[in-house]
Amino acid sequence: MSPRIVIDPITRIEGHLRIEANLDAGNTITEAYSSGTMVRGIEKILIGRDPRDAWAFTQRACGVCTTVHAIASIRSVEDALGIKIPKAANILRNMIIAQQYIHDHVMHFYILHALDFVDVVSALKADPKKTSEIQQAISGWPNSSPAYFAGVQKKVNEIVESGQLSLFSNGFWGHPAYKLPPEINLLAVAHYLECIDWQSQVTKIHTILGGKNPHPNFLVGGVPMPIEMDSDQALNAERLSVIADSIKKLNDFIDMVYLPDLLAVAPYYLEYASLGEGLGNFLTWGEFPMGDADDLSKFVVPRAAILGRDLKNIIVPDPRDAAKMKEFITRSWYSYREGDDAGLFPWQGETVFNYTGPKPPYEHLNVEGKYSWLKAPRWNEKPMEVGPLARVLVMYATGHEVTVALANAVLKKLNAPVSVLFSTLGRTAARAIETKVFGDLLTELYDDLIAEIKAGRTATFNGEKWEPRTWPRHAEGFGFMEAPRGALGHWIVIEGGKIKNYQMVVPTTWNGSPRDHKNQPGAFEAALVGIRMANPEQPLEILRTIHSFDPCLACAIHMVDANGHSLGEVGTGFNVFCRP
Amino acid sequence: MTGMADGNRRIVLGLGNTLNRDEGLGIHCLAPLRERLKDVAGVEVLDGGVLGLDLLPLVESCSHLLILDAVDAGQPPGAVVELGREDIPLFSRVKLSWHQVSFQEVLQFAEVRGHLPAHLHLVGAQPADISTGYGLSPVLAPLVPEIAARAVAVLERWGLV
Repeated sequence: MSPRIVIDPITRIEGHLRIEANLDAGNTITEAYSSGTMVRGIEKILIGRDPRDAWAFTQRACGVCTTVHAIASIRSVEDALGIKIPKAANILRNMIIAQQYIHDHVMHFYILHALDFVDVVSALKADPKKTSEIQQAISGWPNSSPAYFAGVQKKVNEIVESGQLSLFSNGFWGHPAYKLPPEINLLAVAHYLECIDWQSQVTKIHTILGGKNPHPNFLVGGVPMPIEMDSDQALNAERLSVIADSIKKLNDFIDMVYLPDLLAVAPYYLEYASLGEGLGNFLTWGEFPMGDADDLSKFVVPRAAILGRDLKNIIVPDPRDAAKMKEFITRSWYSYREGDDAGLFPWQGETVFNYTGPKPPYEHLNVEGKYSWLKAPRWNEKPMEVGPLARVLVMYATGHEVTVALANAVLKKLNAPVSVLFSTLGRTAARAIETKVFGDLLTELYDDLIAEIKAGRTATFNGEKWEPRTWPRHAEGFGFMEAPRGALGHWIVIEGGKIKNYQMVVPTTWNGSPRDHKNQPGAFEAALVGIRMANPEQPLEILRTIHSFDPCLACAIHMVDANGHSLGEVGTGFNVFCRP
Repeated sequence: MTGMADGNRRIVLGLGNTLNRDEGLGIHCLAPLRERLKDVAGVEVLDGGVLGLDLLPLVESCSHLLILDAVDAGQPPGAVVELGREDIPLFSRVKLSWHQVSFQEVLQFAEVRGHLPAHLHLVGAQPADISTGYGLSPVLAPLVPEIAARAVAVLERWGLV
């Protein structure tokens, strides 16, 4: 039996994901298995409830991405009942979505992912003067003096010197896979600390438009926020100016810190431009409807499927096509009435638990049988990758101007062809590229909002079909949302004013899916194969690729050898979040 | 809100998840403290839940921060635990409490940024049962009055009551 290492969250209860990987004699991954180790089950809670309340339940699927399930839910209800929302409400929703992307992607990059590539301890050896020169060469960010970087270095050094266990004593520092010069490590550590301040300032858009953050409020038929310039109970001039200020802070950080840092770090890790691709199939449900939610021609991110890397043949997937959109449970801890090899379209979906795995605590899952609480969603019987790379590829292939220009600039800087995007590094670069695209979009949306207000079109709620007596006896709906982590879909069946069926197919279900009825691996499983590790006891290389998908993955690693002997525990730290 | 300026807030902060029985100890201790402190000006009693990083601005706004939480201190279930400012591991691979790693990171961020409250104390207990479910275990439920009393004693030492 080949050695198998196991990555399973053990120090954070938020953990949902476990990776088991088989290694060959040269420590290269030959097979990988991804298992969701916690059941969601919110679908079962929703049966029999008022569809107008569903968003508040689905929203609780996550404590970080606290808008995405609410928006997918209200869109599913509006789709089922044929509700159109006012233009100002649509702009406000789009602004909330854009803000969520930017906040989420920047925090993912610095708090979670950057430290897969940045060696904090090496930063202590940096010459702050050289770091200052690098900073001043790559952007106009004001925190750039030698004294500033010397101060950061001193602070980090004090903590490391104190010998206290700290967020800086918790990584794989010194691992041979770290490649950055000390000066760039110091630059990234400084920005890691800065983004903590930044993030607390930029969530104000959610707080104002949704009443609170996390878990802002939403409303079927619009947004629960009236626009009245002279009211203190509404979106008024003062709050608009706070939002404008937040937008500026968001965009300054993207333009002067996030993008320049990505471009400064990426050239040292070009090996990851040919690693970690995985499936080569991509799916988006689309986002930022600039018109009605069913007018696909006005989406900023198109609804699209790409198969086998073929960017010349963009397919428009139909989420209502029962023959193409199916979830399989052959290798998942569920049962279907039609049997384990059946695939169900979500409107006919079933959520019946059937745990057949080992009794915890266990060392290995039975990966030959059922091994995950995630179902295996498939489009046209194929596993698909969702997320920033899927969106950027789709925008790139369909000629979205800003995306094409940004992607080409990144590729030029890396001196690499488009094909390098199909990789771990490509995923990480795509996240930064779309952050810039959506940051610019947020500014546009704000201008659109001001124009609507000036034109007196301030309605934010359409109540025509609020009352259940106005609804058909039976209705089916699809709600989409391109969550930061990828295509999210909610499928709802309403009967007699209540929810009859509800299925959520979430991004990490696509990316983290187990094998299916045809034994096809999911995106994580496929992406890990072929990656070689310098030291299996410090599987930094696995983390880089898994983190590039930005999953809901807790931080600690537990490794056992083939005989079930523990190889020790390694905390990777830095995961502050639960990720959906 | 007390209207106290940032940097001067005095907060009793319950932490935990009430869906995991003893994990919610810190939250269950808030009710008797709210009652006891209802006439005390300038001390806020807040439910921090499992908010993680979102609590950083709140932590950094305190001169006095008293944390109530379930603590894994390697003690027998039901042991009451108190940790002073110097004793709370600000970050640890070893679990301090069951969800606490993120809150310990929050404290460390506050320290790195030079805003760790000057007065910081933790009162809690070793949990007996953190399985899914409402309410404290029979081991911890009787300890709530003692933990609340110890919390008040800390506030008294700080001269706030």
